[in-house]
Amino acid sequence: MPTLNYAAPSTVDEAVKLLAGASGLAKVLAGGTDLLVQMRSGRLKPELIVDTKQIPGIIGIREEGGGFVVGAATPGADVEAHAGMNKAWPGVVEALDLIGSTQIQGRCSLAGNLCNASPAADSVPALFAAGAIAVVVGSKGRREVPVEQIPAGPGRTNLAKDEFILEFKFPPRPPRSGDAYLRFIPRTEMDIAVVGVGISVTLDAKGVCTAARVALGAVAPTVLLVEDAEDALIGHTLDDATLAKLDSVARAVCNPINDKRGTIEYRTKVAGVLARRVAAIAFDRAMGKSQGKTH
Amino acid sequence: MSKHHVSTTINGEPVEFLCETQQTMLDTLRDVLGLTGSKEGCASGDCGACTIICDGKIVCSCLMLGVEAEGKTITTIEGIAQGDHLHPVQQKFLEHAALQCGFCTPGFIVAAKALLDENPNPTETEARYWLAGNLCRCTGYDKIIRAVMDAAAEMRGEAVR
Repeated sequence: MPTLNYAAPSTVDEAVKLLAGASGLAKVLAGGTDLLVQMRSGRLKPELIVDTKQIPGIIGIREEGGGFVVGAATPGADVEAHAGMNKAWPGVVEALDLIGSTQIQGRCSLAGNLCNASPAADSVPALFAAGAIAVVVGSKGRREVPVEQIPAGPGRTNLAKDEFILEFKFPPRPPRSGDAYLRFIPRTEMDIAVVGVGISVTLDAKGVCTAARVALGAVAPTVLLVEDAEDALIGHTLDDATLAKLDSVARAVCNPINDKRGTIEYRTKVAGVLARRVAAIAFDRAMGKSQGKTH
Repeated sequence: MSKHHVSTTINGEPVEFLCETQQTMLDTLRDVLGLTGSKEGCASGDCGACTIICDGKIVCSCLMLGVEAEGKTITTIEGIAQGDHLHPVQQKFLEHAALQCGFCTPGFIVAAKALLDENPNPTETEARYWLAGNLCRCTGYDKIIRAVMDAAAEMRGEAVR
């Protein structure tokens, strides 16, 4: 059995050098809730684990420029407990609150969920909807990447071998903004999404949508940002016609698989239904009607 | 590669140990330190039998590397009772017969204790969601929930139901 090396560098430069210099597979360790399972099953056989949690800033949440910056390895539980994130991004918080169990949320991170690149990752549609920016570091320096450009396919990202995500920037929230995330699973808790939908909107004083981002999970090889759905919402109030249009464009982009959790037809139908429900919650939150959790 | 030297705090005591990279915290507790109260059920983070408290948060010790314990403060099931004095959650598990085979019990007790530390007055729904990551194939959960709610009431100083 090949030796498995471990390093916990305390600077970005050190971590990047370790990743760049690895001859075999090197994996970044944040919460480990996917990595350790994949190592155990034999699906991944890294020769080096780079634990990034000693790097300053990679765990923690701070306010910057009117928005929030969330460290890439910050445990979901920390985000869920953060009053500012709950107020500004309740959809992101409720998505994190659906990942695994309380125990998993004690370790799992936004960057891990994004870079594990499961099409069914719960926090990722919410992250796409939020328009979060990933701050990526590597040998060539630092670059800012819209989160929707990170996943490349199931289990694959567009990050280079020597790159990892240091933090996520959440943009400032204009007045009358709201976001929400719902997923459908066959049971009440602890399952993988059949469909997940994240929506973030900004409204004018009359409730007309002026900005929208809609993302679907578990209906394609990657989480999808649905541009047509944004067009369906912007310029409209959330009346029956808008909901019907949103339902229709959400279904139109679905390209799911058949598996034990749902058929292609079922997932497609549920995507439309969930999009309607999530839009209703996001619009209510934008108008200050509801701030609470949806489950 | 040589083994990692880890300095940590477990159940209030400073502890040093050696482990290999691939050894999980659960492997380390059970096989290196002889703390066999934490159980391995699924080894994939689904069952909660290996639950420990690490720096104030419950985690699955099967999904944490032993080497990651460096500098952490850890509580295992062995650290829940104070000597011979059972924690109220443990006492209520006995009184309510909230266990049958007992394999899941350490994980449930650690998770329930952490819940009551954070939220002394949970609703039954909150308790059920908090404990959703702990699987029990014997009890049907009802007695476990009753034990946790009763322990919470006792810890708040309310009359025992």
